[in-house]
Amino acid sequence: MKDFRFWTLLIPFAIVFVIGATFTVGWERPPIDIQQVGYRGTAMEEPNNPREQAALMALNAIPPEVYELDSAADLAAAPKASEVYENVQVLGHLPEPQFSRLMAAMTEWVSPEQGCNYCHNPDNLADDNVYTKVVSRRMIEMTLNVNENWSDHVKETGVTCYTCHRGKNVPENIWFNPEERVFASIGGLGWNAGQNRASDITAGSSLSPAGLDAYLVGDEVVSLQSANVLPQAGEDGPSIQKTEQTYGYMMHISNSLGVGCTYCHNSRAFSSWDESPPARLTAYHGTFMLREMNNEYLIPLEGEYPENRLGPTGDAPKANCKTCHQGVFKPLYGASMLDQYPSLRAR
Amino acid sequence: MATYQNIFNRVQVQTSHPHMGIALPPEDDARIGTPVQNRFLGFFGNAQIGPFYLGSLGMASLMFGLFGFLIIGFNMLASVEWDPVEFVRQLPWLALEPPAPEYGLSFPPMNEGGWWLLTGFLITLSIGLWWWRMYTRAVALGMGTHVAWAFASAIWLYLVLGLIRPILMGSWSEGVPWGIFPHLDWTAAFSIRYGNLFYNPFHALSIAFLYGSTLLFAMHGATILAVGKYGGEREIEQIVDRGTASERAALFWRWTMGFNASMESIHRWAWWFAILCPLTGGIGILLTGTVVDNWYLWAVKHDFAPAYPEIWAPIANPNG
Repeated sequence: MKDFRFWTLLIPFAIVFVIGATFTVGWERPPIDIQQVGYRGTAMEEPNNPREQAALMALNAIPPEVYELDSAADLAAAPKASEVYENVQVLGHLPEPQFSRLMAAMTEWVSPEQGCNYCHNPDNLADDNVYTKVVSRRMIEMTLNVNENWSDHVKETGVTCYTCHRGKNVPENIWFNPEERVFASIGGLGWNAGQNRASDITAGSSLSPAGLDAYLVGDEVVSLQSANVLPQAGEDGPSIQKTEQTYGYMMHISNSLGVGCTYCHNSRAFSSWDESPPARLTAYHGTFMLREMNNEYLIPLEGEYPENRLGPTGDAPKANCKTCHQGVFKPLYGASMLDQYPSLRAR
Repeated sequence: MATYQNIFNRVQVQTSHPHMGIALPPEDDARIGTPVQNRFLGFFGNAQIGPFYLGSLGMASLMFGLFGFLIIGFNMLASVEWDPVEFVRQLPWLALEPPAPEYGLSFPPMNEGGWWLLTGFLITLSIGLWWWRMYTRAVALGMGTHVAWAFASAIWLYLVLGLIRPILMGSWSEGVPWGIFPHLDWTAAFSIRYGNLFYNPFHALSIAFLYGSTLLFAMHGATILAVGKYGGEREIEQIVDRGTASERAALFWRWTMGFNASMESIHRWAWWFAILCPLTGGIGILLTGTVVDNWYLWAVKHDFAPAYPEIWAPIANPNG
């Protein structure tokens, strides 16, 4: 026993620790705040790193009101925007002061550096030859549509331009169709079933990122677990590959919202609605909302953009969960800007 | 006198005359290589490396295995457009994938799963030949064939995953990709697809034997080291001729947990625990999708999935 030195015991642990930490990423030091969200024993809990909260809060704070809205009486007395300006197709019904205030706010939200001229020809504000103007008009329509028709997902909080743009010309979290990959023709090697690349969309996993296109543009249904105990004749159920595609999409949701699986599911029975927290229903409607946003609003704008705004395959930028959520469970932590800008609530 | 009672190996098994092994029967190939001794290896085991015996079975096994390994590697390399830097950077994410479900059990085009099938064939052949080699080498040494049968248990699980179950399911697409993260993602997706493998009782048995194996291994290793100063490492002799080491070890466990294994039985415990881990696991995989489609619902039906009180108003299925 005289040869035994306590510190030698630590060597293998130190080696394993260093190797482990070197070849893996995403480690966060304790303590982590854990909030229980399900019944005890179900391991349904939300972990949050308390040291990141301040930065997240700052990133997701709503901006100050651009300036105060005129009184209702003043607005009622004011002329309509369509009477003052030409070519106001969507917001012409607004009183002019309210319209101008929204324009000023949009400038702060979308092009604080470039100002009005990012979308307008300064010599003729009505000129539709500036592509950004055509795009923003459609985006206003999209915002109104979301607030008017998608309260299943956005509730009373709603969205504004700022929800996605956050002071940037182009929202930070948009997505494009991936580039078609050409594999070596000689020998025909390298096919990977469209997965097995480190992908931000699937939160760094090797799962297929194809779920975005399948569910947020296409009308594929997310894979569900079998509703039967035993296999049924003639019913194959989803393949492993479809399961992985859905899994990849779920990783995208989880990553976009900064939550774990159990925020929406009791992970012992993912498909069971009976055991799922109510947040799952909100997320469910979000898929359909995004599908409409992409197909009705974003994709048809493809012809309007200059080449540098298009993706590698020439497709228009599209929205996914992260476009609004940006890493938190509710965009802007659930703060609504619609009280400040009621003109975006509905047409 | 050397003592075994330490965290690390204290005894260098080195000699001036390396052990060349017993004479081989005339029909066998010769052993190859001049033995070398390495002090570093001596910290972990016998310091002597070689001579090697590969023989026809070993050579064939290595050849087929290497062939399969290279097919996997070159497919991974091609999937990153033959960029060696990306190959290293993304290696954990890369894989050779099984064919899509449309192909069923037919042979798909090479670059859509054909390479996967060929690789599976080659590596299965390689593993089979290596098993045969372990068996014949054990017989050649006059040993029992316990090691080969333990290996066969692992091969059973491997065959269930990649061959038997895909055939029963009628599709090669049910097989496992050859890749580091992809096979883990496959595992998670497999469990989710079939309603949570944790409710599969054979999966539960497999886990019990897996953790049980590590527990037994720790208990046994610790016990023998602890009685090393009384010659406890001479386990086989002590099966029939219990010395003070054996008595102390037995008494220790009778005191601490009321029961003790014997010098013989502890090795049977270990062997069976190790064998039963992949054996039961393989049965669990085999039943998944073929006999049971949703293990969670199966557990509900058989009253062993607990029900929890509601803590929010249940939401109706929006799909009706």
